Amino acid sequence: MFPVLYKEVKKMATNLIKSKTPPNKRKIFFVKRETLDGWLFVLPVVILTLVFLIGPILVAFMLSFKEYSFLDAGTMFDAKWVGLSNYTDIFKDKIFRKALLNTSIYSLGVVPIQLTLALSLALVVNSKIKGKSFFRTAYYIPTQTSTVAVAVMFLFIFKSDGLLNKFLGIFGLPAYSWLNDVRFALPSIMTMAIWSSIGLYMVIFLAGLQEIPDSLYEAANIDGANKWQSFWFVTFPMLKETFFFNLVVSMIGTFQVFDQAYIVSNGNGGPLNSTMTMVLYLYRTGFREFKMGYASAIAFVLAIIIFILTLVQKKLFGEENQM
Amino acid sequence: MKKIKITTILFYGFAIFYALIALGPFVWSAITSLKPTNEVNQFAVDFSTLSFKNYIFLWNKFPFAKWTMNSILVASIVTCGNLLFNSMAGYALARINFPGKKAILMAILGLMMIPGQVVMVPTFILLTKLGWINSYKGLTIPFLFSLFGIFLMRQFFLSIPKSIEEAATIDGLSRFGIFFRIVLPMAKPAFTTQFILMFNGNWNSFLWPSLIARKETMYTLPVGLNSFYGQYFQFWDQVLAGVMILSIPAIIIFLFFQKNFIQGISTSGMKE
Repeated sequence: MFPVLYKEVKKMATNLIKSKTPPNKRKIFFVKRETLDGWLFVLPVVILTLVFLIGPILVAFMLSFKEYSFLDAGTMFDAKWVGLSNYTDIFKDKIFRKALLNTSIYSLGVVPIQLTLALSLALVVNSKIKGKSFFRTAYYIPTQTSTVAVAVMFLFIFKSDGLLNKFLGIFGLPAYSWLNDVRFALPSIMTMAIWSSIGLYMVIFLAGLQEIPDSLYEAANIDGANKWQSFWFVTFPMLKETFFFNLVVSMIGTFQVFDQAYIVSNGNGGPLNSTMTMVLYLYRTGFREFKMGYASAIAFVLAIIIFILTLVQKKLFGEENQM
Repeated sequence: MKKIKITTILFYGFAIFYALIALGPFVWSAITSLKPTNEVNQFAVDFSTLSFKNYIFLWNKFPFAKWTMNSILVASIVTCGNLLFNSMAGYALARINFPGKKAILMAILGLMMIPGQVVMVPTFILLTKLGWINSYKGLTIPFLFSLFGIFLMRQFFLSIPKSIEEAATIDGLSRFGIFFRIVLPMAKPAFTTQFILMFNGNWNSFLWPSLIARKETMYTLPVGLNSFYGQYFQFWDQVLAGVMILSIPAIIIFLFFQKNFIQGISTSGMKE
């Protein structure tokens, strides 16, 4: 009796388990398990994005058509609508134009030098050089350093009786007060930026280089290509995607320059606005002059400039890219 | 034969030259931070006078200890949050089929194009209304996620084979079980890359903390160092000791984890 019953129960149980739908197809409260799982996994990020990104973007958009100060008695929703006047004011604003010019010079100077040096260094640490890991670490360390620390270190080295002038003095070159000189303040900040961010681009180039299959080089070698030819005809085309990625990231980064300019000029963009960048100006109007509507409009102009530049680069370099 | 030698010399020359440029400012700043104040502008180094007195001075007489604790606390919370939330979202977007997934992915790619400065003013107003200015909540919660980080994790999860997860599904493991017990252990290189990028980004971040931490006791190290520099810029030995206090932890973390870092960048498919 019992063995038979036991067998029956066991059979039923096995059938029950076998017929069970796989866990990800099961339904909980009429919602597919898969759907519930998916939303649970993205939920924290969705909430954070709504509260700290999408919401603020919409508010910034609204503010950019208003005249609002943080110190106003009313809330920002009561603030006066001023139509497009914040945007039209921007283009009449001399300091903004100076900031746009400075930021463009900064970007045009930093991006090509930074990427060329980063690629050269990536080739160095990807070669059979002795002490490879030492060089890789040495080249990356500046990237690991805070922009504040970098700015302060360079202030020390660039000061009028600092290491740089002493060094130039050896060759009989004149000493300058680099960061207090209208001509040299911006190039000095550019030097800092190049020095401190090369490592990141180098590492990304390195990752790209390591993905190029050796067979391509071997084939080029068999075809009688020398080192330069295999660089131009194998490495360079194979790095196109990596190059595009670095170009976009570097360009976006340079248009958002703030820290160095702030620290070097104590937040004023001096001397004579020569280190005034767009984000520094945005900071100054928003958080020192409390013109928050105007600051929001500046932020959107910056976003549009970055967006257009990204599109242009995509057209030029990244046809088949999906970024 | 001779030609090869010349190119090798040039190659090593360039490699060493740039290593000097990359490390020079550090070495010089580190040595200066150990000097007595009256020798700061001398270029000769008298090793018998070097000491850690500036570090002890900053640690005891200025809030550098407090700022360091703030930085460690904030960077740790933000990094942990990012690792967890970015990888969860990245995993769902790579592997789970659910309605709304496409829209979320499009939103992430679109929002990544918008520079963070756009939300500076509204976020500051929001944090003020919430009473989160000068609080650890304000310094951490808005930064617990990163769209770029989610994108990297998604790229990574797309690159690993599905078969292991499928086997685990048949064994009856739930999604969360699969994610925490099977997928995450496989994601070590991508995790290391995220860890270094996120920790570094937060440890070094200056603009946001300087808006949120307005009280001296809430400063993180970069904000603190900037304020210290503003007041004591003539005492370069002390200022540079501050620079070292700020830089060394991030460098140590990099040295410790760098092995997996580059591998992680390749597998995250950053180049795409």
